[in-house]
Amino acid sequence: MSLARAESRRLFKRRFTKLLMVGVLLILAAVAAGTYLSNQKVSAGQIAEAKAEANRDYQAGLVSAEQEKQKCLAAEGTPEIQNWGGSCENIYTPSPEDYDYVWYMPASFELRQEFPDMISVFAVVLAAAAFLIGASFVGSEWNSGGMMNLLLWRPQRLRVLGTKMAVFLGWLTGVSLLLAAVWTGVFQLIAQFRGTTDRMTSGVWQSFGLMGLRGLALIVVAGALGFAMASLGRHTGMALGALIGIGAVQIGVYVMAQLAGAKYPDVFLAPLWLFAWLYKEFVVEDYTSCDYSSTGGCELDQFTMTWQVAGTGTAVLVVLVVGAAMWTMRSRDIT
Amino acid sequence: MTAVLEISGLRKTYRGRKGVRNALDGFDMVVEAGQVHGFLGPNGSGKTTTLRTLLGLIKPNEGRMSILGREVPKHLPEVAREVGAIVESPQFFGNFTAETTLSLLADAGGVNRNRVYSVLDLVGLRDRSKERVKTYSLGMKQRLAVASALLKEPKLLILDEPANGLDPGGIREMRTLMRDLSAAGMTVLLSSHILGEIQLICDSVTIISAGKRVTSGSVAEVLARHKSGAVKVRLEPGVDMMGAAQILRAAGAAVTLDTDHFTVGNASNPAQITKLLAQQEIYVTELTPVAADLEDVFLELTGTAPVEGQNRQVDETAMSAAGKGGWGQ
Repeated sequence: MSLARAESRRLFKRRFTKLLMVGVLLILAAVAAGTYLSNQKVSAGQIAEAKAEANRDYQAGLVSAEQEKQKCLAAEGTPEIQNWGGSCENIYTPSPEDYDYVWYMPASFELRQEFPDMISVFAVVLAAAAFLIGASFVGSEWNSGGMMNLLLWRPQRLRVLGTKMAVFLGWLTGVSLLLAAVWTGVFQLIAQFRGTTDRMTSGVWQSFGLMGLRGLALIVVAGALGFAMASLGRHTGMALGALIGIGAVQIGVYVMAQLAGAKYPDVFLAPLWLFAWLYKEFVVEDYTSCDYSSTGGCELDQFTMTWQVAGTGTAVLVVLVVGAAMWTMRSRDIT
Repeated sequence: MTAVLEISGLRKTYRGRKGVRNALDGFDMVVEAGQVHGFLGPNGSGKTTTLRTLLGLIKPNEGRMSILGREVPKHLPEVAREVGAIVESPQFFGNFTAETTLSLLADAGGVNRNRVYSVLDLVGLRDRSKERVKTYSLGMKQRLAVASALLKEPKLLILDEPANGLDPGGIREMRTLMRDLSAAGMTVLLSSHILGEIQLICDSVTIISAGKRVTSGSVAEVLARHKSGAVKVRLEPGVDMMGAAQILRAAGAAVTLDTDHFTVGNASNPAQITKLLAQQEIYVTELTPVAADLEDVFLELTGTAPVEGQNRQVDETAMSAAGKGGWGQ
């Protein structure tokens, strides 16, 4: 318990932790402020005006299509008919759905529609900070000799590293939950004052909750990976270097997979795993599976990466990296 | 006396591209309770490896170690509370103040934080305790390291080169501190290259070279075992010193001339000197044994005395020349 208390104090006494926390708060505040300023509450008058404007444009579209059709009919039997693809039947006649009045309204924040993206932003920003704080928390201890000092006091290597990691991840979870609650409250207020909270059913809130939990898992995983990588290399730079290395390798693998004619090379890109995890699935398509044209269209072969697949893959990675960090802590000499 | 620290047959090998090297090659050491014990050895002889192994930072290949009667590393977590240690150069997180550094260690070790101020006062850092460690000089960091080791009120204090970077006043303070701690019943194991200090402070010593113990015992015993065998000879004023030296050399003595006296290096029987000179009516006014100090013993046993015109490599010692090469910390 005393070790856990000491590690908690150490975590929050570190300047790097404080700086990154301030940075995270500033980024989140900027996102919230930007959303607030770029949206506005729409009045009934504005809706009516938008509907009228949409209708005007629709009518203008109909007139324009009719004029085009007349020109086309006049050109029948002449080479100019090729300007319309050889037939006047191809001329598109607009429908009212093509002129959705929503597009004519000023931007307005709809909580139901847009909050999932805000959960993603929150999770990604905190995950990046968690990775850096985790790496620095243990990396600088190794680098400065603080870890050796600590082991002279508590010569229980696995307990020391395990406690350090548990304390960090525990605080990370606590702070993330607290910030997530504030984040949700802030966006609900933004929706009330600069948009709408319509159509918010309990099912929608449940969906937000589950996405938030997946976001929390992402944050914790990023923290654990940063911590474990820095501990493996006994230096903060090791985690950062490994991250850059993994980025370079996955791009290399993606290019190689493309060259080798792999059906879905996109699955080698980590950001897509991240997307699948947060948004429950990510669909990749094989654009060579048919002669696709925008007018003719065809069904492309698809592969759906689900959050379960992305989660299992990431869990395996975390177990391997954290396991390796613990194993080296137990077996390697400290010189 | 009871042994506070016992090491026997300690072996540590490192495998490198150049093959296997023995950092510790069956090393033995015993430190009795209440003593200040000096731990000496040339660079790369295995001192720090021994201390790190003892403190659980390095895993040995063979050997037995015990601290306060309990086998380590098996029981190290239990005895660690009673062992204060600094190993090699002081290493701390530079952005924390001395006070924070020690209070975090106190928390981690379950020690009352109130001890922090008393140990900072003891090592002379009380007034600078709220400054970041990265602003400290090497000597101040060294003091902080000693303070961290004393924080637990240990029964055994292990200090690796505690005088590194200290000014003369600091060295004297450290000496007094060691003596006071020893008088208070603490056992101190002190690794140092400052042999004069060791001779002044320590009750006993162990000398290591190439990973092996080359001698150990009380300082007086070690010095007695390695008497120089040389005597200083002074003659009556005006007597031909060169002629006297010739007489002794003719009898096989190794004579070194000085301005007003000469030294006979291999005088196993000093009476022979007076007898030989008296036969030639040369009379001796002073005949005194030349006492060996710890530095002489150290250089002799480790074979690390500088030789004019030669550059000794760090691994070259009497022990390594004898065969098995020891190296590295």
